[in-house]
Amino acid sequence: MNELKRKTENGSVEAEAEAVSSEQKAGEDSGLGLGVLFFIGAFAVCFLSGWLLFPSLLYSKKEQPLNFNHALHVDEMGGCDSCHYFRDDGSFAGIPTTESCMECHESQLGDTEDEAIFMKEYVEKGKEVPWLIYSEQPDCVFFSHAAHVIAAGMDCVSCHGHIGTSEKLRPYEENRLTGYSRDIWGKNIWGIKKNPWDRMKMDDCADCHERETGSKGACFQCHK
Amino acid sequence: MTKDNHGKAYKFGMVIDLDKCTGCGSCMVACMSENNVPFKENETDKKDSLTWMTVYKLTNGKPFPDTDICYMPRPCMHCGGKGDHGHSPCVSVCPATATDYGYDTGIVSQIYTRCFGCRYCMVSCPYHARYFNWWDPKWPPGMEEYLSPDVSPRMRGVVEKCTFCYHRYQEARDRAYYEKRDTIAEDEYQTACTQACPAGAITFGDLNNPDHEVYKLVKPDPHNCGRPRDPKAFRVLERLQTNPKVYYISEREWVRKAGDNYRKGEWDKKNMLTKADGQH
Repeated sequence: MNELKRKTENGSVEAEAEAVSSEQKAGEDSGLGLGVLFFIGAFAVCFLSGWLLFPSLLYSKKEQPLNFNHALHVDEMGGCDSCHYFRDDGSFAGIPTTESCMECHESQLGDTEDEAIFMKEYVEKGKEVPWLIYSEQPDCVFFSHAAHVIAAGMDCVSCHGHIGTSEKLRPYEENRLTGYSRDIWGKNIWGIKKNPWDRMKMDDCADCHERETGSKGACFQCHK
Repeated sequence: MTKDNHGKAYKFGMVIDLDKCTGCGSCMVACMSENNVPFKENETDKKDSLTWMTVYKLTNGKPFPDTDICYMPRPCMHCGGKGDHGHSPCVSVCPATATDYGYDTGIVSQIYTRCFGCRYCMVSCPYHARYFNWWDPKWPPGMEEYLSPDVSPRMRGVVEKCTFCYHRYQEARDRAYYEKRDTIAEDEYQTACTQACPAGAITFGDLNNPDHEVYKLVKPDPHNCGRPRDPKAFRVLERLQTNPKVYYISEREWVRKAGDNYRKGEWDKKNMLTKADGQH
């Protein structure tokens, strides 16, 4: 009974409070306007910092050890496969070793500063250039260049873009949390993808496989 | 949904001759080093050791002089599931789709980055072929240099298991693409345990291909989910209808009988039937 009594009393107290607040409402209108303004302002600040500031915080920019002119080398050597070739067992050699560069660059061929660095730091010392690989996939991924280039007849541009005509190496952007290249997650913070090489996540592989082969394939087709 | 992804479907399987196996454990060692399987500082407690391939010891339970021993290597059985449709016990329970059945190879995968370690698959596996990583792998100094780059190492909190050295299949397929072939040869894809066995007890190949040694050894019945037609061959826990792709061969009756649980009198009935089959 006591409980019920308390409830009814409380109920009447609340009703009184409501009556008071409706009287005060007229006076608080300007305060409400300010509140809305503050909310919109704060939302805009948070929104913009999330979409514009955070990506630049998330990725660190690293410069390549030296600049490499792809356009010049393609002109001199011919296609991509003169340096990025398949080994006899079908595996892909990827970025050439200093040794294979030395097949031509036994001594300095041009007069660029970058070649001078390459000769002095890597050829003479017999060291490999620590290139930062834009398209390096996580360790659990098995990517077969042979399946795509030889069996499916795709060209390099389909996935790697027009890197062959570039004269400068762009900075390598590394995700500070995962350590992966930004080319994997994608450049566009909105997730908009215009070219196949804009993003290289698993869903992008799966989309193309679904389209071209009719199936995403079993897990082990691309995992190891 | 298209079930097989590219061209011809393989059905890779293994035949282990238990009469040849000496129990030396070479297959276990080869497997661990091939697949970057981590080990503990102190391996005396086997409860949480990781052994993708493990050798069990069976005895006929008889006193001297009739005692007989048999060693049974046990990799992942890569079950086809009931009806051989790819509903393996582990695949059908995984809530994360971290393990799936490859319809083009018949191999059950395990994706470590997808697994979140609920261990439901370990419970469902009747062969105890799955293992849980209780710790992050810790390699002795310098040993990281020995790890295979073709197999991704696992972290703490995920399940792992034998993959029939799938990376070797991936490499064989790369070579086939390079040489513009559609199929890979029998000797191009062999597991590490097969090659390491000094007694030649393990045979590996395509169970769909009558030219392959595994097919000749067990003569799998395609109309009966690959049940061996050779009377000396058997699969472990056949009655569960998991349809494993690992077959065992033994001349010894008690070994074949140990492969499953038989009710009283059931074995004699079954044995008489197979004997009668052999006479036809």
